[in-house]
Amino acid sequence: MPSMSEAAVRVDNLGKYYRIGTSRQAGQLLLREVLSNLGRAPFRRIAAGTRHLRARFGGQHASSAGEPNHIWALRNVSFEVARGQIVGIIGPNGAGKSTLLKILSRITDPTEGRAELRGRVGSLLEVGTGFHPELTGRENSYLSGALLGMRKTEIDRKLDEILAFAEIEKFADTPVKYYSSGMYVRLAFAVAAHLEPEILIVDEVLAVGDVNFQRKCLNKMEDVRQHGRTILFVSHNMAAVTRLCQRAILISHGVIQKDGPAAEVASAYLSSSLRTSAERSWPSPESAPGNEVVRLQEVRVRDEAGKTVEHIDIRCRVGLEMTYEVLTPGHQISVHMSLSNESGVCLFGTGDLDLRWRDPRPPGRFTSTVWIPGNFLAEGAIVVSAAASSHQPFRRHFTAQDVVAFHVTDPLEGGSARGDWDGEFPGLVRPLLPWTTTFGNEISPAPPP
Amino acid sequence: MADRVGKDVIVSGASLSGPASVAVSPTMLTVIEPARGWAPLKLAELWGYREVLYFLVWRDITIRYRQTIIGMTWAVIQPFMTMVVFSVFFGRLARMPSDGIPYPVFAFAALVPWTFFASGLTLSANSLVHSGHLITKVYFPRLLVPMARVLTGLPDLALSLLFLVGMIWWYGLLQARPALWWLPAFALLAFVTALGVGLWLSALNVQYRDIQHVVPFLVQVWLFATPVAYPASLLSGPWRTIYGLNPMVGVVDGFRWALLGSGSAPSLNVAVSAVAAVLIFLSGAFFFRRIERTFADVV
Repeated sequence: MPSMSEAAVRVDNLGKYYRIGTSRQAGQLLLREVLSNLGRAPFRRIAAGTRHLRARFGGQHASSAGEPNHIWALRNVSFEVARGQIVGIIGPNGAGKSTLLKILSRITDPTEGRAELRGRVGSLLEVGTGFHPELTGRENSYLSGALLGMRKTEIDRKLDEILAFAEIEKFADTPVKYYSSGMYVRLAFAVAAHLEPEILIVDEVLAVGDVNFQRKCLNKMEDVRQHGRTILFVSHNMAAVTRLCQRAILISHGVIQKDGPAAEVASAYLSSSLRTSAERSWPSPESAPGNEVVRLQEVRVRDEAGKTVEHIDIRCRVGLEMTYEVLTPGHQISVHMSLSNESGVCLFGTGDLDLRWRDPRPPGRFTSTVWIPGNFLAEGAIVVSAAASSHQPFRRHFTAQDVVAFHVTDPLEGGSARGDWDGEFPGLVRPLLPWTTTFGNEISPAPPP
Repeated sequence: MADRVGKDVIVSGASLSGPASVAVSPTMLTVIEPARGWAPLKLAELWGYREVLYFLVWRDITIRYRQTIIGMTWAVIQPFMTMVVFSVFFGRLARMPSDGIPYPVFAFAALVPWTFFASGLTLSANSLVHSGHLITKVYFPRLLVPMARVLTGLPDLALSLLFLVGMIWWYGLLQARPALWWLPAFALLAFVTALGVGLWLSALNVQYRDIQHVVPFLVQVWLFATPVAYPASLLSGPWRTIYGLNPMVGVVDGFRWALLGSGSAPSLNVAVSAVAAVLIFLSGAFFFRRIERTFADVV
């Protein structure tokens, strides 16, 4: 990797202030409004007019931040990106991610702060920048390439490669309005992929296209990184972010909430968006789930070393631990947990079957842990619910819905059910199962258990 | 004033050739800061993006004629029909003087630069609003958008000029005219004026969509304030000079003088027109640069 001494991207206290309109888009006025303002008292008009102009054209916002129809889309954003780093930018919709990319792409101005980019910048904020339906694939390659920052000679040289990458050589001279959406997207990305910028700014572009082509694009991006290029990558796809990026920045309400290793930030985002973290405890018994028999104290997600973890390697065992206090003696108590994914689909339920605890329990503090094997859960967020009940007679003591959450990630180092596949992987769970393949009439022996 | 958005220390797109160029070129630094007050025109950057301008012009020309049946012929039909109407109403019915030149040639010689100007002005006034999809998605100097729209009229101008030469021959007025060399200068004057007004209107149009309703009216009034249907010689003395403040007066007079030998050589009037055009252009360019930073947020 080239010298890391100088940051490729340096963002310092960046802020963007927007005036948000009611029925119209921000900042757009009808001339009538201005003219009717002009018609009023001339002195007030001058004062108001200059204030208006200053607010509108001067960059410096004249009105105070307290005004209701003004918002800071981005505020006090500072970070540095070393050369060759791939940084994922994540956060909820309207958090300011796109505003940040637009500022860094020079499409819109910041209201305050400063950013420095060292090297040729290429930004892909949409699929097919500048594409015109009437133009052919070849013509659009030139137009889009030029708009994205390529020289004509450069496009001349790479055109065949671009058309081949997009797999549309046969349709190079067909207007793109006749293309299928897949062809369109492939061509658009092929042009962008041949941009060879030193700093690449990408907004969710990978969310499109078929799986094979996505894989091709991911490989191309990996290629880009190996050439020491720097990538800023906005995405909602946490799996893609953790797979592609070493580092992620979580933006919410226009400010940076977290900046660190991608897996950590991704799980922080997921748990914040799920409003749960990997650990939850109830310091006061009054607020804790439970009744006079048993009360929940703490639930957490732990690794084998006993540490609370927000994210877990798909290959490793993860422990779900619940701590509860039995308050009244003489009750037989069984504890359960259930796991759901991000979409709220229940994956499975599980309960402690240990016969030792089938007898009435003495009062005191208990800790029960269920161990979920490695290579079983699928990548993504897992939400855990905990419950305790008694049988004979049946009585539910508490059900704590969605108390903790954690994130399963696949570092793509092998040893998982993915093998060497790095694209989308289907399924609610992802067990690593033994396979046998035989040739001809050979009967395969069952694999060892 | 010193603070600039996206100040390229080295103009973007400095020599890049082959994958070798991927190796870090530490020279290129982009600084992004809030801009305040009047911004410089950044002509060096504009020059660096000349290929984008080329492709924008090429795109517009290609698309314009791809879907039409008679293609480039439209470039001639439009001013030709106007000429026919003018010839009937002004030439025949109103017996408008035409400096001793057959009225159709007289009118067409003015309509050639006028059509270039009027369509360039109209297209560029709406250019930013119609390019919202580009402006919000990719950076390039926004000045290129209205500029490309005016330049798109150049092939039409060339074609209608050719037709005009044919008309001059038809009327037996074809002769060697050394003044012909001035023609590009007058065309440039029309370009600068159209672009200057286009810059003002396109930038204002982003903020106030009312502008698009003003443009056709403006063009119509401007047509009658320009000696297209009548000779400039109708006005005399100091009025002529004031009249010259309309740069299209200089353009139309210049075209007639260079092609038909009517009127007199470029004089004070044309100088006034040229100065007015440059002022419109410069003020438009600075105004445009000043408010272009809001385009992406508003368009």
